[in-house]
Amino acid sequence: MLEFLQYEFMQRAFLAAVLVSVACGAVGTYVVIKRIVSLSGAISHAAFGGVGLGYFFSLNPVIAAIPFSILAALSIGFARDKMKISEDTAIGILWSVGMALGIIFINLKSGYAPDLFSYLFGSILTVSTTDLYIMLVLDVIIIFLVYLFRREFLAVSFDEEFSKVVGLNSTYINMLLLALIALSIVVLIKVVGVILLIALLAIPAAIAKQYTYDIRKLMILSTILGVILTSLGLILSFIFNLSSGATIVLVMAVAFLLSYYIQD
Amino acid sequence: MKSAAVELRNVSFSYNHQLILKDVTLTIQENDFMAIIGPNGGGKSTLLKIILGLLKPDEGDVRIFGCIPQKARDKIGYLPQKFIFDPDFPINVMETVMMGRYHGLLKKYSKKDEKKAKQALKDVNMLDYEDRQISRLSGGQMQRVLIARALAREPKLLLMDEPMASIDPEMQNSFYQLMARLKNKMAIVLVSHDVGAVSVHVDKIACLNQKLFYHGPVENAAEGLEEVYKCPIELISHGIPHRMLREH
Ligand SMILES: Nc1ncnc2c1ncn2[C@@H]1O[C@H](COP(=O)(O)OP(=O)(O)OP(=O)(O)O)[C@@H](O)[C@H]1O
Ligand SMILES: [Mg+2]
Repeated sequence: MLEFLQYEFMQRAFLAAVLVSVACGAVGTYVVIKRIVSLSGAISHAAFGGVGLGYFFSLNPVIAAIPFSILAALSIGFARDKMKISEDTAIGILWSVGMALGIIFINLKSGYAPDLFSYLFGSILTVSTTDLYIMLVLDVIIIFLVYLFRREFLAVSFDEEFSKVVGLNSTYINMLLLALIALSIVVLIKVVGVILLIALLAIPAAIAKQYTYDIRKLMILSTILGVILTSLGLILSFIFNLSSGATIVLVMAVAFLLSYYIQD
Repeated sequence: MKSAAVELRNVSFSYNHQLILKDVTLTIQENDFMAIIGPNGGGKSTLLKIILGLLKPDEGDVRIFGCIPQKARDKIGYLPQKFIFDPDFPINVMETVMMGRYHGLLKKYSKKDEKKAKQALKDVNMLDYEDRQISRLSGGQMQRVLIARALAREPKLLLMDEPMASIDPEMQNSFYQLMARLKNKMAIVLVSHDVGAVSVHVDKIACLNQKLFYHGPVENAAEGLEEVYKCPIELISHGIPHRMLREH
């Protein structure tokens, strides 16, 4: 059973699964309890603009996606809080504009990008050692910021008005949270791709939320669930020779359904 | 000279060109216990939000202990009128009350903060529920927790928007006893529709319906109340009934 662990790409893939799950556990928890799943979905699609930008300037697309998706996250926050554009509308616009930019950048460069598909739908088996290092650094930043601002994130997620009353700058904290979501999206890009990754951000936390009301446990439980489900998806995709991103998403969806029925 | 807890000067406010508050001038002293009374839509909640600095007046000036509201955050406790929250939110009673002890970025909650939060829970008779997840509270229990969250701040100015909504009679009694104990330590402002009950306990009344029709001691509030509600109101201040006998 464990024979595929001897392949180096497989070892990297499992490491990637762990790194991805940490981001999902910490940030996915806020995405779910603050009910900003679709907003996060928009940021993830917009991140594709960064991938395209990376192609255009011959940079590592994952690195190029970092500033780009943070910018996308902040602009959606700005549109919502300052320009009073409805969140729903802002989501729709950002979603397609980001994708469109990515495609245009790739057109301008060569019109053909060899591993474009892997950024759209993910391919955990092509994760390079560089990718792993990028993911690791981003994970460390994410955990550090979540730990540092845990009180603030909890307060604005629970009761934004009251958090203002006690002197918290909810606009900045919201922006910071959106930036963290952008970072975790970058962690996820290689593994599941911009189109599918929202499932990884939402599903482990959504399952865990049915079992605990303690936010720390919620984060830990969703991380553990993330590791198990991503690895399971990875193994299944390997055995049946299926696309890894799509398999992981479906495994998670099945787990979500099961957990829902077990709960009852 | 000490500054008043709240000083509103010629405050006007409108939502989308609809005038909600017109030329409100009101001073609340640091030991006042005041009720704001007025019909639905009269602008009571809006006025509290202006005092809190959540809304900016179109005209006029707001001072809280001599500062702009944003600079007085540490001194204000607030109970919102309606609070829509996700009942499934992963937070328990104690964590909710602790938010009232928030004092700035990266500042840890101390043992003292914990003690104050517990004291506030005790004051509203909810200490037994400190570990309870908020979805497993009744409406009135949640209201008490939110009152505790406002009290935990040890404010110098306590603003409560309809604190008695969904509170049972026994708790109402102990609430007013609690207020009586606290009123020497802070200015208390509460919004209420129960004119009769409130007028027994508070010292001052402000009658608000877009304009401030009256503000001052309860004893003289009858006329203001009549004007603001457009009907006679029976008023009981400090146990002495002030019956409105004027024909309408
Ligand atoms: N967010 C808003 N946008 C537009 N208009 C608003 C908003 N909030 C309140 N209003 C309007 O402002 C007016 C005053 O509302 P406010 O909530 O201050 O009344 P209130 O005196 O607290 O009433 P109640 O006794 O029902 O709580 C109402 O006419 C209401 O329609
Ligand atoms: Mg109101």
